Amino acid sequence: MRHDHLITSKQLSRADIETVLDRAAEIDADPAAVADRHANAVLGLLFFEPSTRTKMSFETAMKRLGGTVIDMGSVESSSVTKGETLADTVRVIEGYADALVLRHPRQGSATMANELVDVPLLNAGDGAGHHPTQTLLDLYTIRENAGLDDLTIGIMGDLKYGRTVHSLAHALTNFDAHQHFISPESLQLPREVVYDLHQADDGVRVREHDSLEEILPSLDVLYVTRIQRERFPDENEYQKIAGEYQIDLETLEDASDELTVMHPLPRVDEISPEIDETDHAAYFEQAHNGVPVRMALLDLLLSENGGDHDE
Amino acid sequence: MSDDHDHHDGHDDHELRVSKIRSGTVIDHVRGGQALNVLAILGIDGSDGEEVSVGMNVPSDRLARKDIVKVEGRELSQDEVDVLSLIAPDASINIVREYEVVEKHRVERPDVVEGVLSCPNAECITTGGEPVTSQFEVLDDGVRCSYCDTIVREEIASLIDT
Ligand SMILES: [Zn+2]
Repeated sequence: MRHDHLITSKQLSRADIETVLDRAAEIDADPAAVADRHANAVLGLLFFEPSTRTKMSFETAMKRLGGTVIDMGSVESSSVTKGETLADTVRVIEGYADALVLRHPRQGSATMANELVDVPLLNAGDGAGHHPTQTLLDLYTIRENAGLDDLTIGIMGDLKYGRTVHSLAHALTNFDAHQHFISPESLQLPREVVYDLHQADDGVRVREHDSLEEILPSLDVLYVTRIQRERFPDENEYQKIAGEYQIDLETLEDASDELTVMHPLPRVDEISPEIDETDHAAYFEQAHNGVPVRMALLDLLLSENGGDHDE
Repeated sequence: MSDDHDHHDGHDDHELRVSKIRSGTVIDHVRGGQALNVLAILGIDGSDGEEVSVGMNVPSDRLARKDIVKVEGRELSQDEVDVLSLIAPDASINIVREYEVVEKHRVERPDVVEGVLSCPNAECITTGGEPVTSQFEVLDDGVRCSYCDTIVREEIASLIDT
C-alpha cells in the first residue's frame, strides 16, 4: 500500500493488513505512547450520509493521537444542499486538513475524490461499494479471537447490499481462509464480488449456502449482518426470511465452543441478546477495535505524509 | 491476407453493395447487426453532412454475416478503433486515400476505455452530476466500471454515451 489513501480492501496485500493490525495492537497495548504523536494534524470528516458510529470512531481515533477534527456538519446544513458537487467540496476541504475521511452514498465516490486531492483519503463507506476501515477492524477482531490462518468463517445475512461483507471477503483472500456465505437467494453476494473472489483465489475456498445448519459445526467465526426490512416489498416475506437468519443459544448448540460471533452493528434482532453474555460474543469488542485500528491507519498515513518518517 | 475488401476491381459481389470511397475509413467485418452501433460509438449520425455507406448482413467468408461501414473523409484515430473493439472485436480497419487502401489494421482490445460508455448503475458516482469521466476496464467477456465495479457483459452498445 502506498500509505496515502485507503479506498477499497482490494488494494490491501497481506503485508499491508499485517502492518496495520500490528500497529493497532501496539497502540491498543499502550495508547499513552501515541497521545501527542500528531498534535498538529487536522482530520477532515466529510460525511454525506449519517453514520454516527463510524464518524465518532474516527473522531476519537484522531483526538487520541493528539490531533483535531473538522467536520462539515450535517448534510442538510452544508453547501451540499446548495448543489455543490462532491468534487468541489473535497477540493475545498483539502486545503483545511491533513487527511480526509469520506462517507458518501454513491459507489465510486471515494475513488473519484482520491483522484482530486493530494492529502491522504480514507473511504468510510461509498454506498453499496466499499468500507475498508471496517474490514481492518473486522480482521483485527478475527485475528485476536480465532487467528487469520487456517480459518473457517461463515458470513451470513444480507450479502447483496452489505458492503462490509464485500470488503471483508476480498481481504480474506489474502489468508488461508475458507469462506462460507449464507443468505437467502435474493440476498446472495453480487456476481461482481464472486467474480473478484474467484480472480483472487482459485475459488475452491469460497462456498455459498442458503442455510447455516450444515456448516455451523465447522466454523471458527460466524459473521452476521442485518437483513433490512426495506429490501422486501412485503412484510410477511421479510418476517419469513429474516427469521431463518437469526441466531440464539439454541441455534448455536451445534457450534464449536470456540466459535466467535461477530456483527458490524447496529443489530436489530439477528443476534439474540442471550448470546451477549457468552464467550461467543465478540461484536462489542469488534466495535471498540475501531478506535485502535483507525488510530493505526491515521498514524501510518500521517507519518508517511507529515514528515516524521520513523518507520 | 485475402480479405474480400482488397478487391476494389469489382470482382467481389459483396463489395458492390456499398459504394467505394475516395478517402476515409472502411470498417469491415463488423458483426452482423452492429453497424449502427459502430456509427453511434464514432458519434456519426449524418447531421454533419458526412457521406456514410452502411452494408448490413452481407455474406462473408470469415463471419457468416457481416456489416460494413464506410465513412468518406474521415480517418479513425487509434482511440476510436480501440473502442470499436468492444462491439466489433473482429473488425478490420482500412484507411483509404485516393481509392487505395494505405493502412489496414485489426482492432485490438484496449485495457480501459474512457469517456465512451456510461455506467448503467444509477448509484455510481459517474452518473451523479460530478465532473468525472467514465472509465471502464475491458475484461475478456465484458467491461467493468472503474468506479463502482459494475460488470456489463451484454448489450455494451447500449451504454454508448452519445
Ligand atoms: Zn459505475
